Amino acid sequence: MTLRLKERWHQLGSPRWFYRISERWPSWLVGLGVLLIVVGWIWGLAFAPPDYQQGNSFRIMYVHVPASMLAESCYVLMGVAGAVLLIWRMKLADMVVAAAAPIGVGFVALSLITGVLWGKPTWLQTSDRWWVWDARTTSMLVLLFLYFGLIALRQAVPRQETAGRACALLAVVGLINIPIIKYSVDWWLTLHQPASFSLTEKPAMPAVMWLPLLFSALGFYSFFAGALTLALRNEILGRERRTQWVRELLAVSPQ
Amino acid sequence: MSFDSFHDFLAMGGHAPYVWWSYVAGAAVLGLDLAWLARRRRRTVDAVRRAEDRSREER
Repeated sequence: MTLRLKERWHQLGSPRWFYRISERWPSWLVGLGVLLIVVGWIWGLAFAPPDYQQGNSFRIMYVHVPASMLAESCYVLMGVAGAVLLIWRMKLADMVVAAAAPIGVGFVALSLITGVLWGKPTWLQTSDRWWVWDARTTSMLVLLFLYFGLIALRQAVPRQETAGRACALLAVVGLINIPIIKYSVDWWLTLHQPASFSLTEKPAMPAVMWLPLLFSALGFYSFFAGALTLALRNEILGRERRTQWVRELLAVSPQ
Repeated sequence: MSFDSFHDFLAMGGHAPYVWWSYVAGAAVLGLDLAWLARRRRRTVDAVRRAEDRSREER
């Protein structure tokens, strides 16, 4: 039993095995993700009632909240994969760190852009400023720079194995920023509103407002899983390009 | 529907630019992700094939 588990664990770390089983995942995951997002966005844009305080600008939530969730989840995934690489030296874990970073950057950027667009009519109506150095906005900006750091570090270190270990270490250390982002709205006096949802309590807003958010958030997760699989498959092909299996695979089938 | 007319829907109660640009940014990020991934895929495959052709010529 333990032997078989151990075999499975090693198989999980085999890029070739992963490449073979994951062929059909991206189209399903991305397709489902886009479908859920389209439903959630139309629902949120046209059918949810306006917020009694913020009016229609609250509809930015259906982009801003999922983007922020994914920006953080993607980083946690990289931190965990980094730890797996450092502990078990699993090649695939390093590829996950490398593949996830550029996708995560997109989500942090989206979180910051939509945050600015939401903050302007909500916090800064009477000001000519667009940005507030708030605990939440600042810690999110730190997350963006952590992503940039991970991408730059990998390109700066020529030896792949050294680059992988350095990035893994940075990814693990950077995890400290995640609880700071999460609790920034509770620890400091901030403009940013605290979380409107928790896993343990019933949401305070009506279902017609939070259901679109649930659709949109699940859609973003599914899209991310699909995009990450695509990125991981690219990473595998790129790194294993000199192996027999990749050369045969690409010589035989056109795709 | 939460709006009385299509015009009201587009106007977003005066918040139109903030709301609509947010959704444009959202769609753009997702679209760029897919375009970038497809381009990387093509480039990697081309690079492997070129290397393979070269090694065949040498043989």
